[in-house]
Amino acid sequence: MSIFTYNGGAIIAMSGKNCIGIASDTRLGIQFQTVACDFQKVFKMSSKLFLGLAGLATDVQTLEKLLQFRMNLYELREERPMSPKAFAELLSNVLYEKRFGSYFVEPIVAGLNDDGSPFLVNMDCIGAPCLAKDYVVAGTATANMHGMCETLWKEGMESEELFETLSQALLASVDRDAISGWGAVVHIVTKDGVMTRELKARQD
Amino acid sequence: MGDSAYSFSLTTFSRTGKLLQIEYALNAVANGRTSLGICAKDGVVIATDKKLASALVDVDSVNKVEAVNKSCGFVYSGVGPDYRVLVRKARKSAQSYFRMYREDQPVSQLVKQTASVMQEYTQSGGVRPFGVSLLVAGCDGDGTPRLYQVDPSGAYFGWKATAIGKNYVNAKNFLEKRYQEDMELEDAIHTALLTLREGFEGEMNANNIELGVVRKSDGEFRLLTPEQVQDYLDEAN
Repeated sequence: MSIFTYNGGAIIAMSGKNCIGIASDTRLGIQFQTVACDFQKVFKMSSKLFLGLAGLATDVQTLEKLLQFRMNLYELREERPMSPKAFAELLSNVLYEKRFGSYFVEPIVAGLNDDGSPFLVNMDCIGAPCLAKDYVVAGTATANMHGMCETLWKEGMESEELFETLSQALLASVDRDAISGWGAVVHIVTKDGVMTRELKARQD
Repeated sequence: MGDSAYSFSLTTFSRTGKLLQIEYALNAVANGRTSLGICAKDGVVIATDKKLASALVDVDSVNKVEAVNKSCGFVYSGVGPDYRVLVRKARKSAQSYFRMYREDQPVSQLVKQTASVMQEYTQSGGVRPFGVSLLVAGCDGDGTPRLYQVDPSGAYFGWKATAIGKNYVNAKNFLEKRYQEDMELEDAIHTALLTLREGFEGEMNANNIELGVVRKSDGEFRLLTPEQVQDYLDEAN
């Protein structure tokens, strides 16, 4: 058993035409016992910036609070919103500070830059970033998710098509993973706002 | 800060509520060579009188206008060695910021950071306040050009145009008359040179003044070379 698979979970973020989508399952388990099916793993940091955290649930919650704290202080001091790039760099540094006693999370930062272009990064638990222009995945079903995304993703999808693609990719991936699933939520972010939908998923 | 025998602050309140050490530090600043700055709508210019003790001094070895990060620069009036300590600390702070956020530290944040350092030295054991006032030129988070003054007390002010050091009263009056709301950078440089010349002892040339400029277009702070300064001086004649 790995510490990263203790609670289970799956997160995907995809880019579209001047929009991004980020989706996760909502299962919280303790090894094979499912304990909750409404556990939040994707957090809205600002109207154009989302943070997805897969891994050990306690670290997911702690890191979300810690980053919200850092972001709030930044926005108060600087009197301007934090850009996705700066946020990702901050997260990377926060994780590396714990290089020899790390948080057991796999984060995903998904947002829109000032010019409307998509911004996607995923990192390992000590902050090594990996920028992507198409999609990023994290969690216990990454092999499945990579397979689905590689096949289904295409360039220039508008928000509705992105929603369909993202939902299908996530649902199919978690259905083949025992410790992910039990409900899913999808957020689509465009310059006009955020659209959040809960998916009807297999409850097993 | 300081060794154990001096863990008390040397900057203490007088009966009238003043911090005399800070007042005296401001006197040290007022005895320093004149520096001034003007904030135009498309950039900021800072300038200083670099008159040296003797003609034998190697001019190139003295730098009063210093870049702190890509988009910000400092100039000072007062005690040179204290200034160098502040520049060093400010540069380190700007690099830490860049390392944390991969973005250039905006001038307003740099000023707050530097001002907070200067304030620490008015409330710590065994140290004295810095004997400099700084003029900081830079571009802010949203690209707007800004000029700030930071005093030994740690107080900072945003200015449209200001002067510090010897003769600052006359210089500020001159600036007040000449400043216009939507001044362009080229006019601001011209005005800065005229203002500097007003109180200059002896002949002003490209080797006994220093000019630093940050333009909104590229957000980069540059020290002007003597050749560039000479060009502006020629225009001003």
